[in-house]
Amino acid sequence: MNATYDVVIIGAGAVGSLIARELARYQLSILLIDKNSDVGEGTTKANTAIVHAGYDAKPGSAKARLNVAGNRMFEILCGELDIEFDRCGTLVAAMDADDLRTLEALRERGIANGVPGLEILDAAATLAHAPALNPAVRGALWAPTGGLVDPFQMALGAAENAVMNGVELALETLVTGFERQCKRLQGVVTDRGTFYTRWVIIAAGLWADDLMRKAGLTGFNIRPRKGEYYVLDRRTAEVMRSVLFPCPTPVSKGIMVTRTIHDNVLLGPNAVHVDDKNDLDVTAEGVDEVWQGALKLVPGLDRRDVIRSFAGLRASGSTDDFVISIPDEPQGLVVLAGIESPGLTAAPAIALQVCEMLREAGLRLDEKPGFNPLRRAVPRLAQLSLAERRVLIEQDPRYGHIVCRCEGVSEGQVAAACHGPIPARTYDGLKRRTRLGSGRCQGAFDLPLVIDIMARELGISPLEFTAKGGASRYLVNPEEAGG
Amino acid sequence: MSLPHWDVVVIGGGPAGMAAASEARAEGAERVLVIERNTEAGGILPQCVHNGFGLRVFGSDLTGPEYASRWLRRAEMAQVEFMLQSMVLEINADRRVLVSGAGKLHELSAGALVLATGCRERPRGALNIAGSRPAGILTAGTAQRLVNIEGYMPGKRYVILGSGDIGMIMARRLTLAGAQVLAMAEVLPYVSGLRRNLVQCVHDFDIPLHTSTTVTRTIGRERLEAVELCAVDQHWQPLCETARTIACDTLLLSVGLLPEIELARMAHVGLDPLTGGARVDESLQTSVPGVFAAGNMVHVYDLVDAVTESALRAGRQAARYVLGNRLTTAVTPQTIELGVNIHHVVPQVLHLTPELDELVIELRVRSPIEQPVRVEFLADGERVVSQRLRYARPSEMIVLTLKPDEIACLQRAEHLSVNCRPWES
Repeated sequence: MNATYDVVIIGAGAVGSLIARELARYQLSILLIDKNSDVGEGTTKANTAIVHAGYDAKPGSAKARLNVAGNRMFEILCGELDIEFDRCGTLVAAMDADDLRTLEALRERGIANGVPGLEILDAAATLAHAPALNPAVRGALWAPTGGLVDPFQMALGAAENAVMNGVELALETLVTGFERQCKRLQGVVTDRGTFYTRWVIIAAGLWADDLMRKAGLTGFNIRPRKGEYYVLDRRTAEVMRSVLFPCPTPVSKGIMVTRTIHDNVLLGPNAVHVDDKNDLDVTAEGVDEVWQGALKLVPGLDRRDVIRSFAGLRASGSTDDFVISIPDEPQGLVVLAGIESPGLTAAPAIALQVCEMLREAGLRLDEKPGFNPLRRAVPRLAQLSLAERRVLIEQDPRYGHIVCRCEGVSEGQVAAACHGPIPARTYDGLKRRTRLGSGRCQGAFDLPLVIDIMARELGISPLEFTAKGGASRYLVNPEEAGG
Repeated sequence: MSLPHWDVVVIGGGPAGMAAASEARAEGAERVLVIERNTEAGGILPQCVHNGFGLRVFGSDLTGPEYASRWLRRAEMAQVEFMLQSMVLEINADRRVLVSGAGKLHELSAGALVLATGCRERPRGALNIAGSRPAGILTAGTAQRLVNIEGYMPGKRYVILGSGDIGMIMARRLTLAGAQVLAMAEVLPYVSGLRRNLVQCVHDFDIPLHTSTTVTRTIGRERLEAVELCAVDQHWQPLCETARTIACDTLLLSVGLLPEIELARMAHVGLDPLTGGARVDESLQTSVPGVFAAGNMVHVYDLVDAVTESALRAGRQAARYVLGNRLTTAVTPQTIELGVNIHHVVPQVLHLTPELDELVIELRVRSPIEQPVRVEFLADGERVVSQRLRYARPSEMIVLTLKPDEIACLQRAEHLSVNCRPWES
């Protein structure tokens, strides 16, 4: 059997998409597979969206090395892929004497990991950085290289750029097994047929252990750890501009209060082990824990500013560190597993490392002459100057028709999102590409307009339009309504 | 560069905007413009296909579209100009307005600005309901638009959380459309919408109503499959032992309306945390001179007729401001203090100028009193106005209209306040 592809990547989250984009620089035929209706629908879409400085992980670990290496890559990466990124610096707040000792330990660890610019601030300097912080704060660790990013855009930007450069993308494609020839994997079996390939890369986040077992690798398990969050109205970010961590605990970096790249304020996450990899339910106890935790950092929070809650799952592995390896058997396989925090920050460096590992393992990486590293996102109207808006509206009058009041999103952006290299096909896909529906009214105004615009742009019936694929339709057939 | 100038610019073409604009013209303002984001004027009215509108203003029982079309005709007769399908992106305290319309960005200036931006529905996020986030959870107003304007059906089996008016009206509307409304849950011990809707929409259609009950969890990953209902104690805390699950595909939220104040904020208009809307004086002028507020962005009304009546005053006063016929800067504004059982009052402040000839006080009570009550307006402890009502409920706005001689009694008072308490026998 001849391989159709040089590489099949399973999982189009931030890690898988960045690997696809990195490999797209070379003369390879590549397939990127994801079981969901869009890229970045797993852990990528629901996390704290922090670019970590790198003082958390144990010196010498893959987490520490790749965090710091990945962190350095964000300006170039986000510039090339038009991803929103703000290297605004982060703070770890100390509330008592124990915490102050923890700060010292974090700083030393950070220095050992090669994190630049770490500084311990006294209480006054801390409050000058973050006036909303609890006035009882004793001090903070200031990490100037920390920042904020849009994680979904990292996956989308990388995957779109990969597609622009010849990578094939197969969404809603579920891997059910592998075909082997002797010791080597030769095919990825899916519900849409078998794809033959020379190399398989498992970048499946929460499902990495299941796929490893299907490939014959045992002994590694993922135990999802849920994190719940509150999203606060944009106006709270006017007073809460900082990225505030509490002192970390053994299981997590703690419940933080942070501005987001979109100028909301995010509270969370807590950390609760769950068994079900699909369990994204928000619990009353969980969000209460988040609220109480957040109040310790910023006592002035107002519940009336909450506009949404959500939960994400960390892909926590049974090893403490990232697993990034080419096993002896089966051959033709790269495994990425346990890529929990700081996985998002590390992802660009992980992608580079995977390329090097493949090169060493014998995959020829010949540069592709026409590779274009640049990708543009859907225009962010609300951030443009009047002159820039006028130009857009002249090109396409639909940029003048605002369909989402809270976030200022126009029909032109909706249409653009439907016709990008990886089109939005669902409401959530549209929301993540444009911010439509993510403001304080949570889509109440735009939904009736968007159903019709999306149906028209996608050439489907409004009845077929979904929130997130599958059975998540918004409308029922009126003839059947009585049924 | 001089911008296109209007005497009065009204933002929002709903009932408040149309009334304010028509009245501004009638009062003598030359060029009056209404900016409306929809393709037609009327605001929320076109989707309110039920009747009950216009009893006070027109003396007839009209549907929402009929009420809107009457006001549209009036506005057109008054030569009000409309800019449709246009969203105001920015305003400032100098009354400059940036508008995005299909195909064009407009900048314009106004002699007076009337904010008539209406209200929006409280979303799920504000409610803290646990569970999943599937399709099939939407606000009652969004459902109303889908059903009555777009001709779509958002589901077959509904649970409605909250007993606001739109929720009750949608319970009837969906039942008539052949869907099942399995339950309506209200966290308060009483219904939060109007009594007439409770009778005509809920009781008459046998909708199971559960007061002191809330939705504690949503179930279903892609489309909603069920909700968990729980009774609550007097502090609104769920009583877990009462939890039960109802299979349904749609949850409608009718849990309150919030004044739409984003533009007001941009112009640094002062807000009232109790109403969630703009703080206004007796002429419905905000804290920013020349910027007036009308309708639901001041505080949420229960009747469109009352919206219209307040907006007429706002339009009239905006025109007077432009024409230089009313100056309030000469007097110190006085705050109306909230007395016994008063949740909020509009206007919040008064400029007691000698030429003040109309004064309408609108208020809501904090807790229901199901027996005759006295609503009184006091000046330095002296009762200036007193009104006897059969009952007082938070869901029904109370209006006090002061006559010129009563207004005169306020002139030199230092403390103004309002009370509502049981009628002394």
